[in-house]
Amino acid sequence: MNIAEFGLSMMARFIGCSFWQIEIYLGVLLKSVTVSMLSIDPSKKNSFQRFISDGDLVIVYERHDNMKAVKVKKGSELQNRFGVFKHSDWIGKPFGSKVLSSKGGFVYILAPTPELWTLVLSHRTQILYIADISFVISYLEIVPGCVVLESGTGSGSLTTSLARAVAPSGHVHTFDFHEQRAGLARDDFERNGLSNLVTVAVRDIQGEGFPDEFQGIIDSVFLDLPQPWLAIPSAARMLKQDGVICSFSPCIEQVQRSCEALRSNFTDVRTFEVLLRTYEIQEGRIQSSDGDESYRRITHTRRKRQCISSEDNGENTDKATSIPTVMARPCQEARGHTGYLTFARLNCQ
Amino acid sequence: MAGELVGGHQTSSVNPRITWEGCSVLLDINDGDRLVFARLSPAATLKIGDKKCSLRPLIGCPFGSLFRVETGPNGPYLERCVHSSSSGANDMGVQEGGDRQLESESKDNRALIDNNSAQNLSSEDIDAMRRDGATGDEIVEALIANSSTYENKTVFSQEKYKRRKQKKYAPKVLLRRPFTRSICEAYFKKYPNRIGFLRIDTLSLLLSFANISAYSDVLLVDMVGGLLTGAVAERLGGTGYVCNTYFGGTSHSLDIARIFNFSSEFDSRIVQASYSHLCSAESLDEEGSKMHEIDHPAGIQSIIGRESSTKCVPSTGSTQIQEAQSLRNDNSSLDEELGNTKENLSSGQEGLHENNATITYKAVNPGKQASPDAIKMWKEKGFNSLIVAAPELEVDSIVQKLIPLLSYSAPFAIYHQFLQPLATCMHKLQSSKMAIGLQISEPWLREYQVLPSRTHPQMQMSGFGGYILSGTRICNNSENCNGNQ
Repeated sequence: MNIAEFGLSMMARFIGCSFWQIEIYLGVLLKSVTVSMLSIDPSKKNSFQRFISDGDLVIVYERHDNMKAVKVKKGSELQNRFGVFKHSDWIGKPFGSKVLSSKGGFVYILAPTPELWTLVLSHRTQILYIADISFVISYLEIVPGCVVLESGTGSGSLTTSLARAVAPSGHVHTFDFHEQRAGLARDDFERNGLSNLVTVAVRDIQGEGFPDEFQGIIDSVFLDLPQPWLAIPSAARMLKQDGVICSFSPCIEQVQRSCEALRSNFTDVRTFEVLLRTYEIQEGRIQSSDGDESYRRITHTRRKRQCISSEDNGENTDKATSIPTVMARPCQEARGHTGYLTFARLNCQ
Repeated sequence: MAGELVGGHQTSSVNPRITWEGCSVLLDINDGDRLVFARLSPAATLKIGDKKCSLRPLIGCPFGSLFRVETGPNGPYLERCVHSSSSGANDMGVQEGGDRQLESESKDNRALIDNNSAQNLSSEDIDAMRRDGATGDEIVEALIANSSTYENKTVFSQEKYKRRKQKKYAPKVLLRRPFTRSICEAYFKKYPNRIGFLRIDTLSLLLSFANISAYSDVLLVDMVGGLLTGAVAERLGGTGYVCNTYFGGTSHSLDIARIFNFSSEFDSRIVQASYSHLCSAESLDEEGSKMHEIDHPAGIQSIIGRESSTKCVPSTGSTQIQEAQSLRNDNSSLDEELGNTKENLSSGQEGLHENNATITYKAVNPGKQASPDAIKMWKEKGFNSLIVAAPELEVDSIVQKLIPLLSYSAPFAIYHQFLQPLATCMHKLQSSKMAIGLQISEPWLREYQVLPSRTHPQMQMSGFGGYILSGTRICNNSENCNGNQ
């Protein structure tokens, strides 16, 4: 038991309540001490300049395609194929450290960022990925201080990035008509320390439009709805002049109807598709075969993420006549479509 | 919480929506046909076709306002007009369905012959109309009325015709705000090589991959004219720092960052420091500053042509990057820098620059030298993110040198025009185990035309917007991680 716990238990005995009750009350008070994904206050450093503490939400990186979010708790353990990892071993280390398991395997502990969060969050709905997210934020011209409306919240993937873009003085008001999902999203933002920047409300934007209190003060609106044309007139009332709206729709028919609805009050209507193509690299050796210069063979290494060390001699390559080279090619799996992004600016009166 | 005045930040000053005298604007002429950056000084003018108009009517108007070129007694001038039916609804084309729709489907162009004889109005007639004070719209209507083939065209064709005539006789000027998006698009369309072919979606990805947010300390290598610096500064919102670093004696040009209309608060966050400054250890305190000045030429000070030291980097076998071109040991670079003081971004704070060799980290074109305190803090804590946009250089060695300046778990994004250098870089990073989560991405962007019965991807498309290598720095156990266990 450390000093803090000892003190708490003494206090509990003195007051006559349970140790756990005290800890909960203090936990609420001390909430601000745990790391936030973003810095909202210059006096509180963001996670990159801090060490891992008890209660932090961290990203455990096992492999490039295998990561998860874990809440650090003293006494807890993480079990995976690399072994058993004690949370207590992590506490006090800087983010970005390599930590070892009981049997010598390792993982990395990273600080959460909106990008990493998008890759690890639990999908309650289909989410937006970094290609769409980054384009939306640029095209909606969201900068610190902006006030942004979003509907629907979904799993909060875009919302997290919006919060980062408006921090520290702006705000994101996000709406979802599904009460349970709204609650889960609210919990996620809380856990990531974003509650000061994001307000989640349960509301059917297609049916009721946005609340009147936002009229004329909104910088940007983002719609990810099945029938966005129903929400567009309301969005037009909310936006400041020259404000920007974006509607995300998977189907072209939705896009057509949205564009029709946009043309009454908006100008500069543009529709895009954004995708990312990823590449993988391999190290290989180009060697000439049988002294015949016109025919050169490329030998690949065993696995694409391994590199050839100087002592490595796994292949039958003749080092004297082969040249090491790194080659790149697109990954076989690629995303073909996510949705169409339609942007427009509110007409100037 | 509306967030209008939270935390002492006035959203209106951060995000101004009305022009003011002296601000820079982007003028969109005829729906993107021509893009011009201009500064709204009282004497500024704009030439459209053969007409020269003063830009004074634009001062004090909201961004997004539309103007038309009209002819008045004193010559052509810009008149503000309302968006109304001139742009929005027309573009949509066929509005009501029913009869008009059926009509358009039955018409086609099989009988139309192109022999230049369709228009009955001559150019003299048009000039006469102009002298009589006809508006541009009236001229277009007259042209339509006098065209013998107009009625035989399909509705879509008629629209195209009308729009073409409008562009010529009633040109529109749209007043746009210079923002990362509009500036990047304008440059990418006109002078892509000046920004290293950095397309807007690629630029957005860089900002996301590198987790740029308020209060971040961002390390940049910006060799795309200042576009990246401006974009990052915009996202920082007047907090944190953008530190532009360079190898050698002179910093890179950051002209484009000037177009962003930054307040002095924002400007003060844009600083620069040569690489040798950033990693030189002892020579940054008071006693060592003199020694520092001699050994590490930077900015105005003692540009004596000493070799910029890279010996502080314990890298093994790193190849020499192109530092030679940036070493200048004469006064020409000095004059160039001083000559720009009038338009200096951070003029508010730094005043004039003394032309002497004493140790002063005075502001030069644009962005002042980083203060020793800041550099010290960065050496202790590391930067929060790194973005490199050096499309002409060999990135490999730059990256090896700069990544150690990052905090652990800090993300980075490297932009390049070519794939191979990034592949080599990624491979080296994998071997050295300096970073994880490495990924090479190529963004793909396609725009659509969405009109009733005419929806399809646009015929023109950008084939290339560069490549990005992203990753996160980690602490290898072989290094001292500063853990307190």
